[in-house]
Amino acid sequence: MQTTGTNEAGLIARILAGEKELFHDLIRPYERMVYLTLFSIIKNETDAEDGAQEAIINAYRHLASFRGDAKFSTWLTTIAINEGRKRLRKAKGAAEDSIEEETEAHEGDYTPAPLTDWREIPLEALERKELREALRIAVMELPDIYRQVFTLRDLEELNIEETAQALGINPGAVKVRLHRARMMLQKRLVPFLKTTAPARQGFFGRAL
Amino acid sequence: MKLDCKHVWEHISEYIDNTVDAKLRREIELHLEHCEICSAILDSTRNILILTGDGRTFELPVGYSKRLHERLKEEMERSEPEPPVGKPK
Repeated sequence: MQTTGTNEAGLIARILAGEKELFHDLIRPYERMVYLTLFSIIKNETDAEDGAQEAIINAYRHLASFRGDAKFSTWLTTIAINEGRKRLRKAKGAAEDSIEEETEAHEGDYTPAPLTDWREIPLEALERKELREALRIAVMELPDIYRQVFTLRDLEELNIEETAQALGINPGAVKVRLHRARMMLQKRLVPFLKTTAPARQGFFGRAL
Repeated sequence: MKLDCKHVWEHISEYIDNTVDAKLRREIELHLEHCEICSAILDSTRNILILTGDGRTFELPVGYSKRLHERLKEEMERSEPEPPVGKPK
């Protein structure tokens, strides 16, 4: 949104000019995004929260080096990713630093689940704890490189370019990983969602 | 050219994001009109994206925002934003 950008630039200028408490307002719209980014890397609520605080404090300290050539959200996400990777390295030990080398090696794992009697699950169904749980588990069990792209793109709604920039990969890789992530989720979740959906006669019975 | 199902599946994600070119888009739509399976795959994928993207699916820890702003407040009392040197790590 254009207004967000303009307001943001204004806010940032005022913060740097001394009205530092305005940083609270600047960061508020992105609190969730920063947390989800950390959570997608670390997969642990407490550590993700610690990491999110650290990333946001880092952003505060280094606000002057944000030059406005990227969007503030992308810049902030980059800081959050760095914080997450740093923590992951620490947790795994330096020897096992494999997060960046991982590539798309899951051949054949991304064909969708074929079905004909699909029925939409309404959003109200999210009031049910088991459904939220199943969705969360499916996302958390995606391989790391797919989960991170999926989180930035589909949960935080960054666009392809922004996702690529934040993760330091090319836009083509974002598209491939996103596609595979979505297909893996579809394959994994459809059987669960079908049993959750209100029953209906399929066109071809239940032949599939 | 007539698309087969597998070809459609390969482009489902881009189709959802509306990043396929107009010609391919028409071919996919033509296929979807006649293919129950691909239509259901497309609808179910879209539905899953809506459900996972809902704020209730991935909730923030209770009190997250409060704790964050308290910590920020402490930090602000201690320090000013640093002058621009190098990139944030």
